[in-house]
Amino acid sequence: MSQQLIVAHAKPSGTEAKFVRRLLITLALLFVFLFLVLPLAAVFTEALRKGLGAYFASMEDPDSWAAVRLTLFITAIVVPMNLAFGVCAAWAVAKHDFKGKSFLITLIDLPFSVSPVVAGLVYVLVFGANGWFGGWLLAHDIKIIFAVPGMIIATVFVTLPFIARELIPLMQSQGTDEEQAAIVLGASGWQVFTKVTLPNIKWGLIYGVILCNARSMGEFGAVAVVSGHIRGQTNTMPLQVEILYNEYQSVAAFAIASLLALLALLTLVIKTFVEWRQHKAEQQLAQGVS
Amino acid sequence: MSIEVKNITKNFGQIRVLDDINLRIDSGELVALLGPSGCGKTTLLRIIAGLETADHGSVYLEDDDATLSGARERQVGFVFQHYALFRHMSVFENVAFGLRVKPRNERPSEEKIRDKAHELLDMVQLKFLKDRFPSQLSGGQRQRIALARALAIEPRVLLLDEPFGALDAKVRKELRKWLRKLHDELHVTSVFVTHDQEEALEVSDTVVLMNRGKLEQVGTPEQVYDHPATPFAYGFLGNVNRFEGALTAGKFRIGDILLEHSTPELSRDQASVVAFARPADLDIVTAQSRQEGIPATIDRILSFGQTSKIELTSSVALTDTGKASEYEVQWPRNRVEDAALKEGMSVKLIPTALRVFGR
Repeated sequence: MSQQLIVAHAKPSGTEAKFVRRLLITLALLFVFLFLVLPLAAVFTEALRKGLGAYFASMEDPDSWAAVRLTLFITAIVVPMNLAFGVCAAWAVAKHDFKGKSFLITLIDLPFSVSPVVAGLVYVLVFGANGWFGGWLLAHDIKIIFAVPGMIIATVFVTLPFIARELIPLMQSQGTDEEQAAIVLGASGWQVFTKVTLPNIKWGLIYGVILCNARSMGEFGAVAVVSGHIRGQTNTMPLQVEILYNEYQSVAAFAIASLLALLALLTLVIKTFVEWRQHKAEQQLAQGVS
Repeated sequence: MSIEVKNITKNFGQIRVLDDINLRIDSGELVALLGPSGCGKTTLLRIIAGLETADHGSVYLEDDDATLSGARERQVGFVFQHYALFRHMSVFENVAFGLRVKPRNERPSEEKIRDKAHELLDMVQLKFLKDRFPSQLSGGQRQRIALARALAIEPRVLLLDEPFGALDAKVRKELRKWLRKLHDELHVTSVFVTHDQEEALEVSDTVVLMNRGKLEQVGTPEQVYDHPATPFAYGFLGNVNRFEGALTAGKFRIGDILLEHSTPELSRDQASVVAFARPADLDIVTAQSRQEGIPATIDRILSFGQTSKIELTSSVALTDTGKASEYEVQWPRNRVEDAALKEGMSVKLIPTALRVFGR
């Protein structure tokens, strides 16, 4: 945005630029209001339409509670998994050279380009009752599809790139000099990681975790395909919202949706804070000679 | 601690960056690895440090084969061109790092770590910066901190990769002197990489001149400057005039001009040779003189202080590429005035010390 403004400034014909600038800003704000602020406000007004009592009553529904618990449970498993994977993948890609590196990067990006529904279907094909491993899984009484494990796998797939994608450019820009210096000074691999690499990527890592967290709580498509919509068992919050809405329980649906929205807003607040801290840390680094 | 590399060869893909290098560096020496960029000098340094592995050959530290041990075990101090200070640590923590990461049973007490770090910071005269972060230091200060950090582990050898490469000319000169002084106090075997011949000649005990992955010449600064062993060494160390011609009957011949040379060991006639003369080893006589010399025109006379630089062009002696040869002569200023040389004059150029190399 600021870059566009600078360009507008640079134009010689000042009055026209001013007019264009105002028009563009108005358009942008209108767009944001119509498509972001208004729906968000609608969620809360709809949820509170029948008063606070109805709002909280709809939360007490055991199925809804189960959905909240399951969402948090899945997130609690998926985020650490992707954290470990993201750091490993970024470390491998940014600090080492090996064959098939660009292939790995492409692979990490795959979940961004594949529709989540397709991803879910693929898992049904592989692990479902009629899938490749379906017979074997059935024989050993292992349930993946239409059960929590399948939902976890689907969520992992969808959120795979978030942390790795955040870290790779950061680590690449930092290079390997500091790590090499640490090794020459006698640090072990673990010491290099904890004392040099990790502190340098700290804020990027937190940022990635926040994004990953937000997405894994809100994921709908892939999870919807593999969950089977078993009430109280395999419904996450987004799925529960859909079910309630389809059953015309709009207050309850919007109440759950408002919870999700609140979580999203909280994520945004934390994200802004992290960005602010990151910016401050960078400024500190960029202060230069004093 | 001495360093010895034997038959080191290294390829990066199709490119051979080091070709069968053999080199011995004696204990306590300060050695410059000198060469143009891409000559393999940094790679050789990194192989000595263990940050890179050679395809063939071995590295000995104090006569122990260190080829297979990693950078962590070699106990070498390494100073990076771009400092590589830990950006999230204070200056003090940077210096203390090498002591803090020692295995528990070897790690000194907190008090000893502090004393040692302060001692090193005193040595580099930057103790007052100990609580700053690397980003708050100037380039020269960063490099000195990097050196203090490297010395904290009491390295057996000190390796410096273009230590002054990223600094401006003035700071560079100061740090050069300072490094020399420091080395004279510590006597730790040190190797530094540079592409700056002046830096190599000024600071080191021994200059190792490299080109295209091979050693061109190893010797004291005087040896390599006064007696370059190869055409490359001649061209790389200091200003030099290059002549292309032939050897005929014991004389160096350009076209029809026969010149005396100072390479008596080359007696056989050769159709294509190159010859070198330093700017101070050229005589200028007037065009009317009977002496045989290369006809040339004086383009410019630059006089600063005691010496004058005279630039000449000769359209008779052509280079390989067919361009007119350009020469540079350095004389004491009064000699230029005595000879009444003027810009635009036609003169003859006579080398007084011409070193010929066969091809």
